[in-house]
Amino acid sequence: MKHLGGKCCLLVSMVLAAVPLLARQTPASPATSASSAASSATPEIPSAIADKLKDLDQRVTAAQSAGDNAWMLVSAALVLLMTGPGLALFYGGLVRRKNTLAIMMQSFLLMALISVLWALVGYSLCFGGNGPVIGGFEHAFLRGVGAAPNPDYAGTIPQSTFMIYQLMFAIITPALITGATAERMKFSGTVLFLTLWFLVVYAPLAHMVWGKGGLLNASLGGKFPTLDFAGGTVVHISSGVSALVCALYLGKRAGYPKQPMPPHSLVLSFIGACLLWVGWFGFNAGSALAASSLATSAFVATHMATAAAAMSWSIAEWIKNGRPSALGAISGAVAGLVAITPAAGFVAPMPALAIGFIAGLVCYFMVTKVKALFGYDDALDAFGVHGIGGTVGAFLTGVFAQQVINPIFGAGKPTGGLDGHWAQVGNQLVGILIAWGFALVGTLVLLKITDMITGVRVSEADEIEGLDITQHGEEAYNLES
Amino acid sequence: MMKIEAIIQPSRFDSVKDALREIGIEGMTVTEVRGHGRQKGHTEVYRGREYTVDLLPKLKLEMVLPDRLVQPAVDTILKTAKTGKIGDGKIFLSRVEEAIRIRNEERGENAL
Repeated sequence: MKHLGGKCCLLVSMVLAAVPLLARQTPASPATSASSAASSATPEIPSAIADKLKDLDQRVTAAQSAGDNAWMLVSAALVLLMTGPGLALFYGGLVRRKNTLAIMMQSFLLMALISVLWALVGYSLCFGGNGPVIGGFEHAFLRGVGAAPNPDYAGTIPQSTFMIYQLMFAIITPALITGATAERMKFSGTVLFLTLWFLVVYAPLAHMVWGKGGLLNASLGGKFPTLDFAGGTVVHISSGVSALVCALYLGKRAGYPKQPMPPHSLVLSFIGACLLWVGWFGFNAGSALAASSLATSAFVATHMATAAAAMSWSIAEWIKNGRPSALGAISGAVAGLVAITPAAGFVAPMPALAIGFIAGLVCYFMVTKVKALFGYDDALDAFGVHGIGGTVGAFLTGVFAQQVINPIFGAGKPTGGLDGHWAQVGNQLVGILIAWGFALVGTLVLLKITDMITGVRVSEADEIEGLDITQHGEEAYNLES
Repeated sequence: MMKIEAIIQPSRFDSVKDALREIGIEGMTVTEVRGHGRQKGHTEVYRGREYTVDLLPKLKLEMVLPDRLVQPAVDTILKTAKTGKIGDGKIFLSRVEEAIRIRNEERGENAL
């Protein structure tokens, strides 16, 4: 995920290009000094020119930093937009009207809660230190995180920018899980569980995949270099698989599947999905950590995969039901966004179309067929879309990654299977397995702990009355006012 | 005085209302209702889950009319609300004992 090579080349070439420009200024100086400089013929650069070069070097660096920083701050804001209002609206529309505020509140709560945890220890656990499994405490309380870049991760932007950008990923990941616990989990249990989950599941996974020395890191010395550009394993497999565990542990909603539970407002979901699509450009293209051509490449791949997945889900639905639905189209788009996430910075537009198309079909099948077959109540399909979409994407990244897009293993060295490096598919599988295992076990243990302390599920009476009133004392739609 | 309650297809409402005004019927009360008679509902599919919706949206028109206007009104509704398909609705007629205008306490047909 770090791509400084291209940037350095650019910088050097700019400086080299500037040398003849400076040299052309020398005839303006007195003829004597010009001839003496020529006669001495030493390779030493006159101090005036050296100073100018140094000055130029600083200016080029500052200009690049300004450009990269501008894009990364915008990207950070875009990723936050994905959680609120994006995901809050998407999920909010899918629940029944009595649970609308409760599910939105869970997303919003995480925007606040994870931010505080991130500043205290979260950032340090993810990106401090260089252990194989978890970071350390060197950046606890954001110590040493300021204007100076952290060259391990992003050498051209202030570490503060990198820190706030990564925070937005840590916010949306637990928020995705709330799609599986929707309409029946206690608010107190949600707060406790997701706090623990962030510290025990997210932080180690983020460190393993993105952190220096992490077990699965592809560019900073990982044992099993897993390609995960923007979070297919860390964000989507981890949250999706945890969502499945939550759905199984909590049990079905009262009345499921006999009682109809149609979405109360697909208009809200539609707006939310469109915001997710837009915000995802910050998520994926921003993961280049620079305003580089790689960011453009990831932007294009993201868009194409999303479009293809919206198409494939709709086509499947059209064939199966005779009518393509709006909910199907937006669900497909989200599945495509999820699947392209690990691949975004490694694949060209045509493989991106393929990844999106496949993900749309696979997720459609999971959500409409497999879920009914096993009978678990993943209320808003967090597992079917994020767990499965993330797994499909992480696997296909190993197939389609190309070194011409991103020479992450060094110039000229093939990256993915079709590039001639089929071993990468094996690495991807290791990454997928570790993420699955970690999420499964971690979530189960943490749910047990939460269950003992606060309990996880509301009473049946509260569930029937709705979480808005029983958990928050308010209603989304107050018809008397 | 009689009360006419007509349950009609929402799509026919404008034609019915305009035609009633043409024969001199000034007032009516309209409610959005849901229900079903012999008409079957439809199915909706959300991510593969099918729901049968059997209460369908209709409009209920209520008006209390002097006896001389009742038959023309019924004829007008029959003519304009009919599409010929199942689900066109029904008309109910009932006698009304008294009508009182709240503003000036006029009674009987004068209050209509």
